[in-house]
Formats: sequence, C-alpha cells, structure tokens
Amino acid sequence: MLNTLKSSFREIKRYPSAIVGSVIVILMVIFAIYTVIALPYTQAITLWRGGEDVWYMNPKYAPPEWTNWFKTKKEPVSFNVSTEDGKMKKVVTDLSADSKSIKMTYTFNFNADNYPQDVMLYFTNTYQDKQPFVDVVMTKPDGEKITIYQGGASAQQNIRFSQEQKLIKRYPTETPMQGLFSDPKQKTLTPLKGNYQITVTGTTFEKDSDINVQFVFFGTVYGLAGTDMNRRDLTISLMWGTPIALAFGLIGSLGTLILTMIIAAIGAWYGGWVDGLIQRITEINLVLPFLPILIMVGTFFSRSIWVILGTAILLSIFTGQIKSYRAIFMQIRESGYIEAAKAYGASDFRIIFRYLIPRMIPLLIPGLISSVPSFVFLEATLAVLGLGDPVLPTWGKMINDADVHAALFKGYYYWMVEPAVLLMVTGLGFAMLGFALDRVFNPKLREM
Amino acid sequence: MADKPLLLVDDLVLYFRTTTGVVRAVDHVNFSLDYNKAVVVVGESGCGKSSLTKAILRLLPRNVDTYSGKVYLEGKDVMTYNEEEFRLKVRWVGMSMVPQAAMNSLNPVIKVGEQVAEPALIHMGVTKTEAIDLVRKMFQHVGVPEVFIDRYPFELSGGMRQRVAIAMALVTSPNLIILDEPTSALDVLTQANIFNVLKRIKKELGTSFILITHDIATSSELADEVAVMYAGQIVELNDAHAFFKEPLHPYSRKLMASVPRLRTEKEPEFILGQPPSLVDLPKGCRFSARCPLKFNRCVEDPPVIVKDGRTVRCWLYA
Repeated sequence: MLNTLKSSFREIKRYPSAIVGSVIVILMVIFAIYTVIALPYTQAITLWRGGEDVWYMNPKYAPPEWTNWFKTKKEPVSFNVSTEDGKMKKVVTDLSADSKSIKMTYTFNFNADNYPQDVMLYFTNTYQDKQPFVDVVMTKPDGEKITIYQGGASAQQNIRFSQEQKLIKRYPTETPMQGLFSDPKQKTLTPLKGNYQITVTGTTFEKDSDINVQFVFFGTVYGLAGTDMNRRDLTISLMWGTPIALAFGLIGSLGTLILTMIIAAIGAWYGGWVDGLIQRITEINLVLPFLPILIMVGTFFSRSIWVILGTAILLSIFTGQIKSYRAIFMQIRESGYIEAAKAYGASDFRIIFRYLIPRMIPLLIPGLISSVPSFVFLEATLAVLGLGDPVLPTWGKMINDADVHAALFKGYYYWMVEPAVLLMVTGLGFAMLGFALDRVFNPKLREM
Repeated sequence: MADKPLLLVDDLVLYFRTTTGVVRAVDHVNFSLDYNKAVVVVGESGCGKSSLTKAILRLLPRNVDTYSGKVYLEGKDVMTYNEEEFRLKVRWVGMSMVPQAAMNSLNPVIKVGEQVAEPALIHMGVTKTEAIDLVRKMFQHVGVPEVFIDRYPFELSGGMRQRVAIAMALVTSPNLIILDEPTSALDVLTQANIFNVLKRIKKELGTSFILITHDIATSSELADEVAVMYAGQIVELNDAHAFFKEPLHPYSRKLMASVPRLRTEKEPEFILGQPPSLVDLPKGCRFSARCPLKFNRCVEDPPVIVKDGRTVRCWLYA
C-alpha cells in the first residue's frame, strides 16, 4: 500500500497542474491552521461581533492600504497612537502640589492627496471632582497653529475634529477636514503635505489626577484588507473564512463520498429490495431541487452552518454518483475472489468493508478532491442568498454584506473582490489537483 | 463417527431458473465419501460438476429454482442449518473449497499471506500474528516459499497462486476439501506438482477430497473413487481401480477411450453429438441419443444398479 502511494506521488509530480494545485491547497491548509492558532475562535468572534467598542478605531468603508500602489493620488493611511502605547510623547511638569501640566505631542507625516475621514482624540482621564482642562492644538507644516478645543475634559471625553465648533466656524465653506489639511495659499483645495503635530496640553487640579489620550487618524485606506460598514477589519473574516471553507468543503465532500460509497456497496451486495429502495430514493432525490430545499431548511429550521452542511450531505448522497458506484460494485461483486470470500465464510459486513470498498478507494480520491470546491461554493452561495451562518465570519458572508451595502455600486470593489478571489483560488487549487489525480488513478483518461 | 461416512449426499437437487426454462444442473445426486478418501468427479463441460460443488457448499446464485435433498457432513444434516449457522459451522470448518479458476479467487489488493489468513481469522478466533504463523505452516505443506506471504497475487505465477489457493483451503484444517478443476490452465509439470502436493496432504493430514477435473489421467493417481457425471446425474460411481480397468457405463467407456495413450497407435475417440440441454432433457436415458449400445429400453429412465459396490445407471446391467 505504501509503495503504491509512493508511486502515485511520483506519478502526480509529472503534472504541473497537480503541483500548482497542491501548493495552493497546502498553503491554504497552513494558512487555516495559522488562523486558528493566531486568532482563536472566541477572539475572532469578539472582533467580528464585538460592536463599536471593538471597532471604533477603524475607518468605515476603507479599502486596503495596498490599493495606494495602484493609484497616482494617494489616499491617507489610517493609524492610531496613544500615550499608553508610548508612541505619543507625554511630558509631565508639576505646577504645584496639586496641579500638574501634562503635555502630549505626536508628529505625523501627512503625504496623501486626499483628506482623511476624520481625526479623533479619546481621553481616559482620572480625577475625583475637578475635571482637568485640556487645550488641543494642531500645528500644520507651514507653522500655522490651529486651536481645536479648549475646555474641560471628562473621564471619557471624545473630541471628534469634524464636529468641533471652533473648526466649523473657522472653515465655513469647506469641511473641517478639508480646512485642517489644506494649503491655505492655494485657490483650490489642495492637501498640504508635510509633518503635522498634534499637541494636547492638559492641566490637572488634583493630586492623583491623570490624563491619557489616544489619537486616531481615520484615513481612507486601512490595513491589509480594508474595513466594512461596521468599521470591522476585513482580515478577520478573510482569515477565518479559510478554515471554515476548508472544513465545510472537506467534511462535505468526504462525508458525501464515503456515505455514498457505503450505501452503494450495501445496495449492490444485498441486491433485491434493499437495492431497489436505494435506487428509488436516488431517483426521487434526483428530481428534487437541491438549493431550494437547503433554502427552505435555512429559512424555517436553522441557519447553523452544521445543520446546513448535514442537509447538504444528505441530499448529495443519493445522486447519480450512487448509480455509478453501484455499477462498479456490481462488477466487483461477480469477481472470483468475492465468491471465494463467500465460500470461506466471510460475513456480509466483511465482504462489503474489507473486499468491496477498498477496491473503490483509488477511484474515490480524485472525486473527493474535486468535489471540495462545490461544497465551498455551496456555503458561499447560501451566504450570498442571506442564509449564511449568522455567527461565523465567512467569505460568503462578506460577499453578502458587500452586496447588501451596494459595494459595487459605491465603488468598494475590494470588499467583494477579496473573498471572491479567495473562493476562486480555492476552487482552482482543488480542481487542478483533482483533475491531475483523476489521470493518475484512472489510467484510461491518460490517452486523451 | 467411524460408522458414518464423512460426507453423505442424499438426493441432492439444484435447479436454476432461466429465461429459457428450468436448468436441471444437479438432478437427484447421491454419493458418499469416507474419511481420507478422494473422489474424482469427471464429465463434460456443462454436466453439472461445478453446480454440484455449489450445491454442497450452498454457494447459490440468485436464480435458484429448486434446492433440496440432504447433505450429511460428519453425520449432521447441514441442509437444515440457516445461512448464518451454515457460514459459521460448515464453510471452511467442515469443508473448504478451492474454487474454479483459483487464480482469480485471490483478492488482488490483499497480500497473499493475509488472504490465506482470512478464513482462520474468521473461523478460528485467532489473532493476526497467530494466523500468519498458521499460514507459514500451510505454505510449507503446499510448497510455497515463506517470502510470498508479503506479496500480492499479481506477483505470483499461476502455479504458485494455485498452491496459495490450496493453502487457503487447508488453513482451517477441514476434513474435506472440494477442488474445482485445480489444474486447468496450468502446464503439465505444474499440474503434476499440484497433484503431488494433494497426495502429500492426503497422506499427512488425512484430508478427503472431492476433485472435479477433466484430467482423468493425472487424477487417477489420487483417486480412490470415480464419479462420472452426465447431464446433471452421476451415471457411474466406481472404485478407482475397477473404473480405470473396466469402466461400466457406455459414457464412461467413451470418456476413457478419449484419453490419448502414449504407447498404442489407437487414435483418441470422441463422442458424436452434444450432451442434452439441461432445460429440455430426454425422457429416457440421458445418454441414449449418443449411446452406441442403445436399445429399446433406453427410452425408459435407466435404473440405478448397484453391484459389488459399484453404481451405474444403465440398462445393460439390469
């Protein structure tokens, strides 16, 4: 058996498509394993369904950062820094026994040809009764200092620059963002490139009072995969889509093929009414529509991915495949060694599982591999139709979200293209490997 | 036990249903076989020899029309057993079989060692290692080198495969082995070898054989008794010595005359015509249409004549 496997591998190596296919499949498996380890399920679900508290730092509808490579007009990249992570400088000077002056600065290079969505400051202040006083100033590359906010800061004070009255009054004709990041010397709106500095000067009036601030720059591009309508980082669903798609595809295809094979073998071996019943069920199932039944189950019963998977497997067992397997088993059933096995008293169970089914396995492997994509696509199809598992982040769910929010109409192509490309690559990988395996295991096809 | 024969077949009937009618493949067959004896069953193709073995081992196809009679194995009526009892108590325990075309009776995806061990695993409740030890012993008996245990059937020559099939029949040490044309499709040297193996097994293990063959000459060395089948019936059952010296039934005589002889100038004879169709049998003696000694009474069904322990179905001896 090991030798046959070895020679099969040697045989597989002769097909470039098999190499490409297996590289894709292996990379996907590695990526899936990495995802499950690096971003455990509970953490992924928190990040995916956590709510605004988790996502507030991300811009909305932001394409991935690498889209800048293909653009002549660069988009501003999102980032966030805080005094707590040390990237924002914090200098504390004592004014008196109870009072401190805290100066927090951060300089960043703004080099884009478009304006950011927004800029925000999130304060985390500690005090008993007396609120600290803060003074927020932005210094532009040309030296102009613009005061954005002056006043008390509560424990959870947020300053949204686009809605600050000072800025709105200062820039009556344009938006605060356009005003803040434009070159005032130009007639038309032109972003002013260079180093900007945000300076937050706070004064506390209590002994243990402290000020911490997080500075969030909502650019128009974000991260590796971009964000969706909920400011969610799409890498989460792209990453978690991989193990889910692989698990769904492999379980679906393995479950279907193994059950089909066993049922076909039982039918072929016992014959009579058992075989008749299996064949009649198959014929009825063949005329039943597959997807509508799944949609019905999803609508009326459960949208859990496992229920859908189970139903899909059940419906896929009794298909044309069972007939072709049965035909092959009928042929094997009549061979001399099966009659010999019957003669030496092998039980029906032994004949089916030890003699009939092992003959089938080489024929099964290519089918197993090439039917994986159909299950992966099935999951995506159901998700696109709005019947995806509501909990899990999957590729299909992403496409569904993108579709619901008119991503293509509004130009958020990344949102739909990313999962679609991954789906296509998955399908391609398994199909290429499957077709090559088919040639290796079914030598008759080689002539073609 | 000694007073009872190892195998007693009493009025065994096996008819098949086909589109053209009922095929009477085994038609009221009686014979018995003692411990450590070999009976050789000869006859033309299609006379029901293989069906007889199938009827004895109850390996029935789906289109059985009638299956009746009694088969006593070591005194027990095995025909009353149900399928499961029969599988566990008779097959390979009481008697085993080397099937026709034994070369194809080995599973191509299982190593021959494991294949031979299968009956032992099924019937003797042994572990796999014990079974393989047993296989090693059986391979010695039949003259297969031990290294073949780890080979696949396609790596073996025809003769070796035949020996492996015999080893498989021996592995549970049954008292009776049915061999269905064990040497067809083998060269004469290998045939002789196989018969030597069988002779040795008979001597060393005391096994009885039902040997179905076309090869009358070679099988004469092994035979204690000879049964001649014609059109589903045993037309002659005779002691081997007596049979080879003087066959009784006209069909047997013709059959013996068709065996080529080395030192005589005599051309091998043949029998004109064909055996009757088993669907549409003649009313009288089934051989009457081809019999050179046919006379009027032959249109009646011939009697079963028993004389000096010889059984013959012919009016000549009435």
